Amino acid sequence: MLADYSILLIGAILVNNFVLVQFLGLCPFMGVSNKLETAMGMSMATTFVLTLASACSNLTYHLLLVPLGLEYLKTISFILVIAVVVQFTEMVVRKSSPLLHRVLGVYLPLITTNCAVLGVALLNINKDHGFMQSLFYGFGAAVGFSLVLVLFAAMRERLAVADVPEPFKGPAIGMVTAGLMSLAFMGFAGLV
Amino acid sequence: MIDFIIQYPLLAAIAALVSLGAVFGALLGFAAVRFKTEGNPIVDQINDILPQTQCGQCGHPGCRPYAEAIANDNEPINKCPPGGEAGIQALADLLDLEPIPLDEEHGEEKVKAVAYIREDECIGCTKCIQACPVDAILGAAKHMHTVITSECTGCDLCVEPCPVDCIDMIPEQTTLQNWHWQLPDPVSREVEIIATDAPRNRAA
Repeated sequence: MLADYSILLIGAILVNNFVLVQFLGLCPFMGVSNKLETAMGMSMATTFVLTLASACSNLTYHLLLVPLGLEYLKTISFILVIAVVVQFTEMVVRKSSPLLHRVLGVYLPLITTNCAVLGVALLNINKDHGFMQSLFYGFGAAVGFSLVLVLFAAMRERLAVADVPEPFKGPAIGMVTAGLMSLAFMGFAGLV
Repeated sequence: MIDFIIQYPLLAAIAALVSLGAVFGALLGFAAVRFKTEGNPIVDQINDILPQTQCGQCGHPGCRPYAEAIANDNEPINKCPPGGEAGIQALADLLDLEPIPLDEEHGEEKVKAVAYIREDECIGCTKCIQACPVDAILGAAKHMHTVITSECTGCDLCVEPCPVDCIDMIPEQTTLQNWHWQLPDPVSREVEIIATDAPRNRAA
């Protein structure tokens, strides 16, 4: 039981990392990785929303769509669920912790368009995950996303001051770095 | 129910999506009311009235912390000498309090002045640069310093640290940009005709 969940977690964090192995959520990965601080904020917000949205979309699917035989509506319903979860989270965070709200700032609403969130919800259905499994899978995916985002941001901060050849400056060297990171993460393939 | 779904799958799909949307809309609407934040616009309004000299004479590290203290901790509104009586009046109007005289302990109201460094006496010690809360002093170690007049808020904080006393506070020159009609003396006026007659608009 415990082993199952830890395998699920490790699998989502390292082996099937959503960013570097499955190439989901690349927009925030490239977009907010210029500074370590913003990357941290984005990671925290994503972790929270991804876990919650994964569980909620699982509930919606099994309690609403399957009984009505409307499985083909899953994509649009999940988008709806994710948008609501993000909005709801933003309201609660603004009320309960203004400090956290200031840290997360604009990144919280941005998560609505993060394809990793929708990807996790859809993969949960494809893999026939139950509620708890969905929760852990979502959390693992979020931790994996945070891990590579923070690592990548730390590298880009160093790249910004490094002596990079002129044609490779800026996003180009970022892409190359991401590719090399992706190669490194492929090495986890035999782990689980 | 089952019959309906089998007969009209499209209608069922639409109904399902609409009800999903309605439930989520209701949830968000409830959350918007339940987790309503007052924000704290009052802090911003107080901060707008304060003169932004960042001088710290009120005992707070700057104007905004003082504004927060007024809003949240019932700090007296008479601790701001640069704002003067006009500032206190404006704060009293905003917060619906009685205007109280300026607390002498925190300094007295002065004419707005800007710092001026007598440049041939300056030894380049950088002490005034460190003291300046708004970075209005330019200069480097062992080189002459000077004040950016348009940035100086006249807070006096640079006068004290200067080891050779070469900083003067010069009352602001009247120029075409900052000259305005002198308002009639509020005491001599019998009645206030409209609300904006109050001396508060001197604060600007």
